[in-house]
Amino acid sequence: MEVFLFGIAKDIVGKSVLDYSDLEEKPNSVGELIHLMNHSYPEFSRLSSIAVAVNGEYASNDVPLQSNDEIAIIPPVSGG
Amino acid sequence: MQKQIIEIVEKINTAVVFDELSDAASGGICVFVGTVRDFTNNETVVSLEFESYKTMALKEMGKIANQALTKWPLNKVVIRHAVGLKKVKEPVVVVGVSAAHRAESFEACKFLIDTLKETVPIWKKEAFKNKSVWVSAHP
Repeated sequence: MEVFLFGIAKDIVGKSVLDYSDLEEKPNSVGELIHLMNHSYPEFSRLSSIAVAVNGEYASNDVPLQSNDEIAIIPPVSGG
Repeated sequence: MQKQIIEIVEKINTAVVFDELSDAASGGICVFVGTVRDFTNNETVVSLEFESYKTMALKEMGKIANQALTKWPLNKVVIRHAVGLKKVKEPVVVVGVSAAHRAESFEACKFLIDTLKETVPIWKKEAFKNKSVWVSAHP
């Protein structure tokens, strides 16, 4: 399973796609993914906010992650 | 002609938006153009670099257009954002609407840009002379 990274999230991890093997364990939900990201990359906890998109939609912490989902970390947006 | 134009492009041509919004039933066209400013907190900005999660960004921009079309009686909506490296004065975003009267044009146009800045997954990195910073990343 892969997680797409953008903006400062890409800079923190040092690449644009994260594999679950980069984390301590496989996350089963959005909340678990955020928790594991904060643990493996403590700089995430210093960001203003961190959201996760599942299949192109913002997803709350209780949303489960399936192996065929498209998952992305959404750091604070700054378009416009 | 289609009611809405939603695009992420390499370069914005601000000259075309009037024709895109021009419409026989509309008495008012309101357009906002966001451009690169040469300072932030008294520091000189050299350029901005924009990155997007394109598929999701287009989807979110489409949602904003649909919300605006539901809230106000609009005839046409344009939301176009640029990505890549942009120099001072260059346009980076254009949003606009046409409607029968100006009141709903102004309100809808403000809604488009304010909501875009809150929800659309696009990021900008500000390049100063000696450093670069992802905007809004840290509190």
